[in-house]
Amino acid sequence: MTTTSPPQPGDLSLPARPGWPDATGHFGVFGGRFVPEALIAALDELTEAYEAMRVDPVFLEEFARLQRDYTGRPSPLTEVPRFAEHAGGARILLKREDLNHTGSHKINNVLGQALLTKRIGKTRVIAETGAGQHGVATATAAALMGLSCTVYMGEEDTRRQALNVARMRLLGAEVIPVTTGSRTLKDAINEAFRDWVTNVETTNYVFGTVAGPHPFPAMVRDFQRVIGDEARVQVLEREGRLPDAVLACVGGGSNAIGIFTAFIADEGVRLLGLEAGGDGVDSGRHAATITGGTPGVLHGARSFLLQDENGQTIESHSISAGLDYPGVGPEHSYLHDIGRAEYRPITDAEAMEAFALLCRTEGIIPAIESAHALAGAMKLGRELGPDALLLVNLSGRGDKDVETASAWFGLGENGAPTDEDDRAVEAGRGADPGPGMDTDQQPTEGAVSNDRVVAGQDAGETA
Amino acid sequence: MSRLAQRIAAAKAEGRAALIAYLPVGYPDVDASIAAMVAAVEAGADVIEIGVPYSDPGMDGPVIQEAVEVAVRAGVGLRDVFRAVEAVAAAGAVPVVMTYWNPIERYGVERFATDLAAAGGAGLITPDLIPDEAGAWIAAAERADLDRVFLVAPSSTDVRLRSTTAASRGFVYVASTMGVTGARASVSDAARVLVARTREARPDIALCVGLGVSNGAQAAELAAFADGVIVGSAYVRELLEGRGADGVRALTADLAAGVRRAGVPA
Ligand SMILES: Cc1ncc(COP(=O)(O)O)c(C=O)c1O
Repeated sequence: MTTTSPPQPGDLSLPARPGWPDATGHFGVFGGRFVPEALIAALDELTEAYEAMRVDPVFLEEFARLQRDYTGRPSPLTEVPRFAEHAGGARILLKREDLNHTGSHKINNVLGQALLTKRIGKTRVIAETGAGQHGVATATAAALMGLSCTVYMGEEDTRRQALNVARMRLLGAEVIPVTTGSRTLKDAINEAFRDWVTNVETTNYVFGTVAGPHPFPAMVRDFQRVIGDEARVQVLEREGRLPDAVLACVGGGSNAIGIFTAFIADEGVRLLGLEAGGDGVDSGRHAATITGGTPGVLHGARSFLLQDENGQTIESHSISAGLDYPGVGPEHSYLHDIGRAEYRPITDAEAMEAFALLCRTEGIIPAIESAHALAGAMKLGRELGPDALLLVNLSGRGDKDVETASAWFGLGENGAPTDEDDRAVEAGRGADPGPGMDTDQQPTEGAVSNDRVVAGQDAGETA
Repeated sequence: MSRLAQRIAAAKAEGRAALIAYLPVGYPDVDASIAAMVAAVEAGADVIEIGVPYSDPGMDGPVIQEAVEVAVRAGVGLRDVFRAVEAVAAAGAVPVVMTYWNPIERYGVERFATDLAAAGGAGLITPDLIPDEAGAWIAAAERADLDRVFLVAPSSTDVRLRSTTAASRGFVYVASTMGVTGARASVSDAARVLVARTREARPDIALCVGLGVSNGAQAAELAAFADGVIVGSAYVRELLEGRGADGVRALTADLAAGVRRAGVPA
């Protein structure tokens, strides 16, 4: 196991990048640029400006200052022993991206791309968003840097993440609900590309994940790798050893690449990406792109995707808006191909069980996206046993998910939901409380109870 | 030998630009879409650009999106596209397929080239496949003697105009404006500049202008400096608004008259 000194966290100028992608953005057979010719000039401009910026000391200093003073980096590492009791006793360390300003890892990337936008002299940014976290982060950076901002969000997602829509509007961004196709993230990306090709002279596309055409997968990775660079130092300092496995949820894959990259060369460290299994991969209603998909081209790059026999994209399903995407970044397809990372599905029910457990055992409300990584840790911990040390990326906090979770668990002012409750039905269930909450919990002694709301130390366990 | 180049040259010999009509397979259904294509041929279109329905048409505006979504939901696939190719060839126009890349990758590039050639197709227009990524397709097209039509845009650098036109065969698709498909009030200024730049990059290939053309007057303007005029959304609108093959015929008559008013300096 190597303990050679890792690169300075977040220092983009150091050549510690993996040996991929190649100069034209290919990770093996994956990646590249499958876009209209009209966008090539803008992508070339971005690539050149970014390559110059990433070694420019003025940029590096400004970026480091924003990460420290604005985002609040470095984010801490938190050990979660009470949660870990449910993970076969393995030790679990959380990388706390949920504590970043705006509530997720998305801000890391956005600050970099917003600085790049100013550098190339553009005055308007556009973004796609699923859970709304990338949209909120983009709206935030735009407010900070005086850029005008338009965010495309599937209509379906504007409903299930209404809090984030309000946040974006408060921050001065225009939010455009997208009503084409499946009305989720995939269609928001299509609309953002259409906007970009029309307005490219004034507008930069701040892409939210490690997917899309070159240079986005490599550039977003560079902006997100601060997560793993920090965590590797933190784990070594604290434990004197590397973790046995690093786990992260995978939507497009940016928080996962962000924490994986520092560990790629550490061959003894397992890298595990958790995909959204929805109702189960066999049900066909899921977003587990690598587990249940095939290679193809979507949104500007070759990668795994969910598609039918005609090459049409299949609509994905997940309780988590941020993972509800039928594609995945090309570097993940490559890491899967060469066997460096593993990808496993986590169902909605498993994720919500882990969600409830972290709330109840550690006092941390995770994003439902991140709860997929937590559920993966529960499973892997049981496989590896008590000697294992697991590093989990807690990519975001769950404030935005309170309504979805309340509907799932049958909480809320009016007690248990009914089949008439839209959100309960939308969350994939009717009047039955979802797994993760005990139906027969006793109210805490002394608590004022209306006989409906349940609470307690041990909630979250299921049989 | 390029059938697209031949047909466009034949139009030129008549002192006019070629008329290229885009229609997607499967709207309102497969048979009706093929009937619309045949109607366009009968009314004077030289080339039919046969659209493959795709779930994520990133370069298309609302009109084409709406039609194509119906076809995607109905499960229309390349088997239906080959039927359309055969019908257009039988009606006497040159069929060229226009498709986003993933349906071809899914079908298999080599298999597609073989089957397209067998159906009588001239080649492929690829809006999201640039020559840089097209190695497998160019090799397959070479083997099956098919045309490959790549796009140039106002934002293309001179270097890219040279490499893209060098990789093209049949004609070059000159996307006249920055943006997605859809009718526009004015098309000619940016198009004139881009056609001139592209011609300088490669003088010996036909240049056909598309994006935004919707009527005979615009077609006449473009025909003054382009070798062909491509019309898409205006055709699809005829079908969306329920005018069917008759609407397609009337639009084609207007456009065909427009390309014959070419030579009149705009
Ligand atoms: C908290 C959180 N985690 C994860 C994701 C998924 O994105 P990615 O896979 O790019 O990290 C999102 C997306 O919205 C998110 O908000």
